[in-house]
Amino acid sequence: MNFTSLDLQLLNTCAALLLLVSFAMLSQRRIVSLVNLLALQGTLLCAATLLLAWRTGQHHLYLSAALTLALKVVGLPWLLHRLIRRLEVYWDTEPLINMPGAMLVGLVTVVFAFGLAQPIAELASTATRNAIGIAVAVILLAFITMITRRKAMSQVVGFLSMENGLFFGAMSATYGMPMVVELGVALDVLVAVLVLGIFFFQIREQFDSLDLHHLESLREDQ
Amino acid sequence: MEFAVLLATPLGGSMLLALWGHRRRAAEINVALSLVTFLAATALTARVIGEGNLLTGRDQFFIDPFNVFLVALTAFVGLTTAIFSRPYMRVEIEHGRLNAHRLRLYHSMYQLFMAMMLVALTSNNLGLLWVAMEAATLSTVLLVTLYRTPASLEAGWKYFILCGVGIAQALFGTILLYFAAEKVLGAEGVRALLWTDLAAVKGELEPTVLSLAFVFLLVGYGTKVGLAPLHNWLPDAHAEGPTPVSAVLSGLLLNVAIYAVVRCKVLVEGSLQSSLPSNMLMGFGLLSVVLAAFFLWRQRDIKRLFAYSSIEHMGIVTFAFGMGGAVANFAALLHMTVHSLTKSAIFFAVGHAAQKAGSQRMEDIRGLLAMNPTIGWGLMLGSLAILGVPPFGVFASEFLILTTAMKQQPWATPILLVALGVAFAAIFGRVQSMVYGEATGRRLPHQPALLPVFAHLALVLLLGLYIPPYLAEWYRAAARMIGGG
Amino acid sequence: MSGLAWFTQLLEVLAAISLAPLFLGWVNQCRAWLQNRRAPSLLLPYRGIRKLFHKDAVLAEGASPLFRAAPYVVFGAMVAAAAIIPSMGTGLPFTTAADAIALVGLFATARVFMSLAAMDIGTAFGTLGARREMMVGFLAEPALLIVIFVASLLSATTALPLIAERLATQAPALYPSLAFTAVAFTMVLLAENARIPVDNPATHLELTMIHEAMLLEYSARHLALMEWAAALKLFNYACIGFALFVPWGASTGEPDPAALLLSMPVLVGKLAVAGVWLALLETVSAKLRVFRAPEFLATAFMFAVLGLLVHLLLGA
Repeated sequence: MNFTSLDLQLLNTCAALLLLVSFAMLSQRRIVSLVNLLALQGTLLCAATLLLAWRTGQHHLYLSAALTLALKVVGLPWLLHRLIRRLEVYWDTEPLINMPGAMLVGLVTVVFAFGLAQPIAELASTATRNAIGIAVAVILLAFITMITRRKAMSQVVGFLSMENGLFFGAMSATYGMPMVVELGVALDVLVAVLVLGIFFFQIREQFDSLDLHHLESLREDQ
Repeated sequence: MEFAVLLATPLGGSMLLALWGHRRRAAEINVALSLVTFLAATALTARVIGEGNLLTGRDQFFIDPFNVFLVALTAFVGLTTAIFSRPYMRVEIEHGRLNAHRLRLYHSMYQLFMAMMLVALTSNNLGLLWVAMEAATLSTVLLVTLYRTPASLEAGWKYFILCGVGIAQALFGTILLYFAAEKVLGAEGVRALLWTDLAAVKGELEPTVLSLAFVFLLVGYGTKVGLAPLHNWLPDAHAEGPTPVSAVLSGLLLNVAIYAVVRCKVLVEGSLQSSLPSNMLMGFGLLSVVLAAFFLWRQRDIKRLFAYSSIEHMGIVTFAFGMGGAVANFAALLHMTVHSLTKSAIFFAVGHAAQKAGSQRMEDIRGLLAMNPTIGWGLMLGSLAILGVPPFGVFASEFLILTTAMKQQPWATPILLVALGVAFAAIFGRVQSMVYGEATGRRLPHQPALLPVFAHLALVLLLGLYIPPYLAEWYRAAARMIGGG
Repeated sequence: MSGLAWFTQLLEVLAAISLAPLFLGWVNQCRAWLQNRRAPSLLLPYRGIRKLFHKDAVLAEGASPLFRAAPYVVFGAMVAAAAIIPSMGTGLPFTTAADAIALVGLFATARVFMSLAAMDIGTAFGTLGARREMMVGFLAEPALLIVIFVASLLSATTALPLIAERLATQAPALYPSLAFTAVAFTMVLLAENARIPVDNPATHLELTMIHEAMLLEYSARHLALMEWAAALKLFNYACIGFALFVPWGASTGEPDPAALLLSMPVLVGKLAVAGVWLALLETVSAKLRVFRAPEFLATAFMFAVLGLLVHLLLGA
């Protein structure tokens, strides 16, 4: 495990760009671009994993990178693009908070995330420990993306972005989880998106739209 | 051997039923598979009683008194629910709410759900536990939306998103746990998520990281337990899914989620040497009890009513685990058992009652005793049992929890008592008006299977009067293992 | 302080004053090429300024002394700013007098005077322009300050010449934070200098204009100074950008005639590239509605803060 300063700089750049992509997702209103951003996030994650695998010599990380590439860069975005075309949902409605507001909330979130990750980063022995804060920030930003959107499709992209953040967190804190777990998580994510695909068609059949406005009828006083 | 059968039967069964599940004998196959699973669980239980803890599958699976009793319970309720769902689903098909293809999905997902719960319960690997929980969630999402009505889709979406986010938190908690474990158990990593290895070194784990991990794990798995304020998905999912699904959600899935929380609590408490985990469990538990008790008053849908009752009881169990100590843990385990038996029995009765009345609205259900005395009595006795009327087992466990609370956390006792009183009044009033009065229902094309209802209630009654010594011994062993207090 | 240092100082100010219109002309020329138009002469800005100086000034009725003083103040502020920006050498005598925060203050002074003068006459356009200018300014200024903070944190000083010197002399490294702030800075530059997508410098009498609306009442030498000051501002911003993000090539350390001589063609080269880059950016982006301008600047601010946060967390 000998990191040259260039490796660290590249890793840090990947981390910083991941954060940037999360912000872009927060402000993006076109669903197609949102999916492309998700693919970009996956690519960055894959690049960071490869770099880490090469430098630490942990072979299971190569597998993890291949998994990320297959699933998060190629598979899921392709699936989502297909769904978008079939369901003809291209734009999200105006998000619940306007863009400067969302940016501000996002920045505060990042500060919070850095604070949260501070104790973990202090204890970590990995060279990438500084990136833990970024991973937490990516998770929280994806969470905000989810709760400020109304279209089911954008919520799903937020969900997947959260998963990316979790993977990045696992990687930067511990150089990845045991392979069994990573495989299982990847499988679950894949199945989740397939289930959601089925789900979308059902929702659309019933409501003629993927707008979640319609999904507000179940209330306590029923 | 028994263990392999236990996991392979529902897994293989789900594949078989995915191909076969719409044919004529699918429901019987479902019952048969559940029966094999149950027999395997019994054999496994017998073996664990005889030989002690079992570590198998390259140490990836671990069976001790705590989870073996849940395995047995899960397999049992799984069997009775399969028996119950056979006529229930036939009626649903004749009423036109389902078709053969949906039925295939139902059978396949039912077995998959069982398999995933059993994996979650027996897994020694906390990562695998997470994976199984997520898979169980996904399979139940499909079950909840089985009717494809707008309301069921909405419930399913809510369920998916809330539990998806929740379970993502749990994954982060697991990552943090792994992070702490890796430092102690070495960077090879393969064994660092094994619960047995972690429990052996729990005193050396980094407390700061573990407390953070516990917060995430509790919030994550707590969403699945239905702890307030993360309970929103639960009533919707129970009300809009088919009744057998409501029964297994309430009776089993909540137990599995609470099991996950307790497993994590044991580790964290061992490392922290502070009362943070206990206090958090008690806080969330008490909040759930109180909130659910008051929400009970606003319900008009019978399945939502009992869904809130489940939240209340999960709150009680969580509170008891939070108090910790031999007695409270014992009571909590007992309460988990009797609650899951009683609640699934209630849902069986409710399902038939709603089919008869053609509606789930409580004002439409009238005169059950006059119409079908067995259903009426089933619902009445079940409700009395869940409300903690002696001599049912719920009374015994609630009594134990209350007396322990008086000793250990006197401030909480009045809150619990008031909440239980409020819940009693709410449920009893509603059930009474449904059971008595003039009959309004229609005849069902198939005889309902009411054997499970009374089998469950009989067991609950038995547990209230007399706990068999081997069962008590199990509970004690599990309670010792959980520790705390 | 040696004589050569003072000479560098003087040279930089003179170069800024004399080259600023040329740079503006170059940007316009590139833009014309990119848009398939016939390019105006490179020297057009000079001719415009000369022409305006030959005319008689007309003052609106009721114009206060502030209205007449403003062009001199604005121009003076820009010249002063040029004096503390290290475009060729970093060993400037003014380094000790004013740091980068003072620089932002100088820009703010110019903005305040310009807005006050625009409102002085009391026409609708002037007030409108002033109001919008203030809106842009209050969003762009914090972003610019944070950009400078990041560079300051990296080099442990707030004096612009020292920042440039330290960034230029340390071992080359990849700074994600600097990359983010570079994006933020480019956006601030576009907004502050009334370029597309925030404002369109090529049109008058458009309801969305900002900068031109404030100058409507000016004529002759006042207008000439104002336009010259605008060109200087663009030049200054470009040089700040060089100092922060591409500091290589300027003469560093002790004043040295050879290095100074070498730095001149380097500066011209950088300016040429920057001009093409600016023209390209302006060509590919569309003018935003005024109400979208806050979003644009919020993004700039976000980039800047992100750069800061990334620096604080990753130390890079």
